[in-house]
Parts: sequence; C-alpha cells; structure tokens
Amino acid sequence: MSRGRMLLRLLLLSVLGGVALTLAPGVAHAQPEESAASEQVSGTLQTTLSGPIEGVEVVVTTPDGTEIDTVETDEDGRWVVPLPGPGQYTVTIDEEALPEGVVLNGADSRTVTVDAGRNQGVIIGLSDGSRNSGGGTVRWVQLFVDGLRFGLLIAMAAVGLSLIFGTTGLTNFAHGELVTIGAIAAWFINVEGGVPLIPAAVIAMVIGAGVGALNELGIWRPLRRRGTGLIAALVISIGLSLLLRYLYQIIFGGRSEAYVDYRGQRAVDYGPFTLTDKDLASLVIALAVLLLVAVMLQRTKIGKAMRAVADNRDLAASSGINVNRVILVVWMMGGALAALGGVLLGLSDEVQWDMGFRLLLLMFAGVTLGGLGTAYGALVGSIVVGVFVQMSTLVIPNDVKYVGGLLLLIVILIVRPQGILGSRVRVG
Amino acid sequence: MAELIDALAVALKAGLGFQAIFLALLAIGINLQFGYTGLLNFGQIAFAMLGGYGIAISVSQWGLNFWVGVAVGILAAVVLALLLGLPTLRLRADYLAIATIAAAEGLRLLFRSVSATPVTNATRGLAGFNNEFVALAPWDTARRYSLLGTRWSGAELWVTAVGWVLVALACLLIWLLVRSPWGRVVKSIREDEDAVRALGKNVYVYKMQALVLGGILGALGGMIYALGTGSAIPDQYQNANTFLAYAALILGGAARVLGPVVGAMLMYFIIQFADTGLRTLITNGVIPEGLLSATDVAQIRFVLIGLGLILLLVFRPQGIFGDRREVMLDAR
Repeated sequence: MSRGRMLLRLLLLSVLGGVALTLAPGVAHAQPEESAASEQVSGTLQTTLSGPIEGVEVVVTTPDGTEIDTVETDEDGRWVVPLPGPGQYTVTIDEEALPEGVVLNGADSRTVTVDAGRNQGVIIGLSDGSRNSGGGTVRWVQLFVDGLRFGLLIAMAAVGLSLIFGTTGLTNFAHGELVTIGAIAAWFINVEGGVPLIPAAVIAMVIGAGVGALNELGIWRPLRRRGTGLIAALVISIGLSLLLRYLYQIIFGGRSEAYVDYRGQRAVDYGPFTLTDKDLASLVIALAVLLLVAVMLQRTKIGKAMRAVADNRDLAASSGINVNRVILVVWMMGGALAALGGVLLGLSDEVQWDMGFRLLLLMFAGVTLGGLGTAYGALVGSIVVGVFVQMSTLVIPNDVKYVGGLLLLIVILIVRPQGILGSRVRVG
Repeated sequence: MAELIDALAVALKAGLGFQAIFLALLAIGINLQFGYTGLLNFGQIAFAMLGGYGIAISVSQWGLNFWVGVAVGILAAVVLALLLGLPTLRLRADYLAIATIAAAEGLRLLFRSVSATPVTNATRGLAGFNNEFVALAPWDTARRYSLLGTRWSGAELWVTAVGWVLVALACLLIWLLVRSPWGRVVKSIREDEDAVRALGKNVYVYKMQALVLGGILGALGGMIYALGTGSAIPDQYQNANTFLAYAALILGGAARVLGPVVGAMLMYFIIQFADTGLRTLITNGVIPEGLLSATDVAQIRFVLIGLGLILLLVFRPQGIFGDRREVMLDAR
C-alpha cells in the first residue's frame, strides 16, 4: 500500500481553477452592456506536496500582447484578474517564482476564450517534481520512453506526409490539419456525442480518410490535371492550412480540452520508468498500426504499388499501375493515420486547434531525417526526432525542447540532406 | 451608412498605416527571393523579428544608441540568411522552405522561452525603445492630426512617413537591380538554374545574395512594426504573417516592382474593412451571435487569407499586375 501512496505522489498534480459559474448567466444575458466589466479569469496554483503556492506572478495579456494586468497569487494560491470584456486572453505565470521542486508540466502560458459575463478558470499544469527527486525512476530512461511514444505518434502522421510527397511531389503543409481534425472529430463525438473514446477514434479515422480523399479528389487531382507547378501547389497547401486551422479555432475555440474517458489516470511504476495506462496503450497501438503499415507496404499488392509509384511514377504507370488510384489510397491512408495520431496526441496532451501545425514541423524534421519520399525513412526519422526532442530536456529547459528538434532538422540538411534512407538523386 | 463610412475610414488608415508598411517591406523582400529568384523563404517573419528585436534589445536591455540597434538588427538578419542559405541553397526549393519555416518557429519559441528572459523578457516582451526615434520627428509628436477623415498621433505619423520613404527606396533599389545584369542572372536562375550554371555563373552566390538582401528588407519591416507598436513581443511574430505577406505579394503580382506594395495596401484595407464590417454586423444583430461571435472575427481574417491564397493561385497566379508566364514556377 505504501507503494501505492508513493505512486500517488508521483502523480502530476495541478489543478485548479475556479470555473466559477457562480456569476448568474441570466444577469449577463439581461444586461450585456453593463456586464461588460464582469468578465474575469482566475485560477489556483497548488500541488499535493507543496500545497497552495503563494506569491507567483501571473500576467494576463491579449493575444497580440497588450498587457491587461499582473497579479500575484494569495496565500491560498488563488489569483483573479478582471477583464475589460469578452475575448481571447493569454495567461502566463512566472516559472522562476515557483517553489523548489515544483515545475511546469507544459507551457508557462495558456490562451483562453472568455465569453460575456463569465469567470473563466485557467489551468496551468504543475508537477511536484517528486518524479525526478525520488521514486526509483531513472530520468533518461523515463525521457527515452516518453520520446519513443511521442516519436511513434509523429511517425504515424509523417508516413502519410512522406508517401504523399513520394507519389505526387507535393510538400503538403496542410498535413498537420489532418492530425487536428482527427483529434477534434473524436473530441466532439466523445464529449458532445457521448460515444466512448475507442469507437470515437475509429470514426475519427474514417473521417480522416474521408478528408484525405476529399483533399485528393477536390483539390490536388484537378490541379495536377491543370498542370499546376509544384511550388504553386505548395503555396496552395499553405493557404489550405491557414484556412482549416483558423476554421478549427472558430469551431473549437482557443482552449485545450481533454476527452471524457481515461482522465486522471495514475502512472504505473515499471522500475526505471513510469507510464500511465493510456500512454502505454497509445504506445502499443501506434507500434501495432505502424507494423501493419509496414507489412502492407511490403506484402500487399497496393503496398507494392505505392512504393513503385513513389520510386518512379512513370515507370510504375507504364507497367500497368493505376497511378491515380494509388495516390487516392495513399491520401486516404495518410488521412486515417494522421487522424489516429491526433486522437492519441489529444489523449496525452489534450486537444487544441493548432496541435497539428505544431506537430507539422517535427514531422518535417522526421521525414527529412529519414529521407523525403520514403515510407520507412519517415518511420525511423520520426522516432529519432521524438526521442531526441524529449531527451534534449536533460540539458535544455522544457519550454525550448521543440527548438532542439528544429535545430536538428537544420543540422541534418547540412550533414546529410538526403536523410538516412533517402537516395542522393532526390535532393539535387 | 455612417457605420459603413467609419469602417471605410478605419480600413483606409490600416491600408496606409505602419502595419501595411510592415507587410509591404516583408513582401518586397519575398518578391526579390520568390518572385525574381524563385527561392521559397517561408521564414520571412524571423527576419522581421530579428530586426524589431535588434532595436528593442540594443536600446532597452543594453542601453545602446538607436542607430546601433538598427545596425544590430540588420546584421542579425544577414547572419540568419547566411546560416539558412549555406546548407539549403544547394538543395531543391522545398528544403529551403522547410528550413526557413522551422527556423522562424524555433526562433520565436526561443525568444518567448523562460530561459531567454534576461535578454528578450520572454512572453512579456520589451517596450520603451522608440523615444529616440520619435524625438527625431520634425513635428510635434504629442499632438493629434487629422488626415483624410482619419485621426493620427504625431508619433504614428512619423513612423508612417519614414516607413513609406523606406518602401519607396526599397522599390527603387529593386527596380534598379532587376534591370541590371545581376537582375537578369537572377531571373534566369528562376527559369532554369542548370542553363545559368552552364553559362559559367555561380548560381549559389547569386541565390545567397538574393536571400540576404530580401532578409534585410524583412528586418527593416520588422523595425517599422516594432517602432509603430512601441513594443516587441515574440507572439506578434507568428508564422502566419509570412503567409500574409505571400498572399499580399501574389495579390499584387509577383515579379513586379510595385506588386507587393499595392498588394500589401490592398490586403490591409480588405482585412480591416472585413474586420470592422463583420463586427458592426454582429453588434447590430445582422449576423446572429450563434453563427459568429465578436471574438471569432480575429480568426476570420486568416480564414479569408487562406481562401484568398488558394483561389488566387488556382485562378489568377499572376495577381493584379503580374505576367502569367513569369510566375509558372516549378520545384527544382
């Protein structure tokens, strides 16, 4: 039982926020003008070990950076900032002021959308730090396992990106949005629709495949037929990415949300590392799915056709492969894989409107490392990038870990632009 | 009707104000790189950030002279261009695109990180570095002036005036450059790199020059923006701004000297008009709150930019002034 209690302490605790619905919404509706000054954001900083944390500076700004107010948390760890009106606000806490042993779980800031008359609770995740100071975990093993899980998620999304590049030559900057749509679709089905997460994830994959097919049939196939240049296509994919990303923000909002299922799981101790059951499950699922993809590419007829088209499109076409059909299947597969990756990422890091875009650059890093256009290269490269990003926190602060991944990308381009598994002819 | 005229006046001010100048300078830089040389720089905003922060850090943090700050900003942009160009300019176009967008995102994350607080003041940014610049104005900067039915503060007017002079000089420079032998080589690189190489030109060096020069123009844009807002905050330099500049460039017409300038003015005019117009329609109840709320309007602009970018490239890749044959680029 003492082990159980220790595990309990290992849990990241955070918590917060007074989603105070105490302000009567009826009043707000009756007098929207007068209630304009009643919006506020608030929260509580505390962890089980440290208790409430007093005297941490909390800064509230608008998204474009205009400061609203700066306050310090009181003896109960609470803070409240009145706002000039509804809208989006960014809440940032001063990491330096946190007591010894308490660290941020993720970013030091969070952007929330405040509706008229609402007191919006803001949750900034804190961790006890007990994971690092005791409990028998070895930090680099823990980071390696976390990195492996993260890398597998990147790989799932990146396989499609790489195959699409290989078969059509398109550098698809809108691929991150396929990841996001999976996560958001599953969230709506799970939270609003009340469907358990596993069937919701399957539906999200079908939606992802559908969106992929729609991409190909609605945009890229007609454009190829018109003979649109690859650079123009690339800029079009950026336009599509902007369009979808901000559409998601309008529909989903600027906040981050968790699924209903599998919340607040405790980490299970595996000796040198700990892992929650959901993280273990997503690691296993990702591994299984990627193995299936590899078997499919290696053994099945359509898989061989995909590799053939990626290798040399004209030769493939002249040996009787229906190139357009293969490309359509690649898009559907890429969409479904990206959507599943999004669901699993949403499970561990919560669902956000720009989660896919933030992942996109790491996907590019993985794909470039492995070799642009090759399926297996994307797999290997993404896993390396995931592990590298997580393990880099051994030497660099947590909030700049993505920078390490992006730096790795630039170093790869200098040292070996064709990647680990790529061939030199592709880059010239 | 009065609201419509108000919205037009606000939009007109935006189309002439420092934001439009910022966008125009970014787009002029991209025009040199993308329009004339065929380079895909997707990290133009990073150059702007270095420009803005060059002044902000030098003046606010290090207590240096304003002009030293300008030099620091330009130097930082040159170094970034060299760092990005050295490995990627020998590779196919999309490698430069990926490297530059990664660098822009990475730099922003770095500037806003807690560990960078002693230099950049992290997410809270820097302020109070433009006094020396504002003091240079030949008129009283504390007064407010009325121009074409819009109100401007003296300082705003000064930034705007300096900015448009910069834009004019940049256009003149580009005009002279593209008419010179250098411009002909650069345009040939866009059309057929191998042919230029066969003529004995060092393609790599020409590409690098275009990248550096475009980066400096981007840095100047960032400086105007930082001086206009009076603050430098990492999140002002989001990646989407680079694509805003691309959209402006393509709208005006790539590979045309005045294309990016007209595009940027028009772009800001349209965005601001749509912004104000939508807000008015929502507060008046013409658009029901359930469909679109006032907080969504800020996002609508990016949706429109994305849609505009797609439609322009599909149906009119040459924009308003461009020549269709000049913008049919293909990846190499």
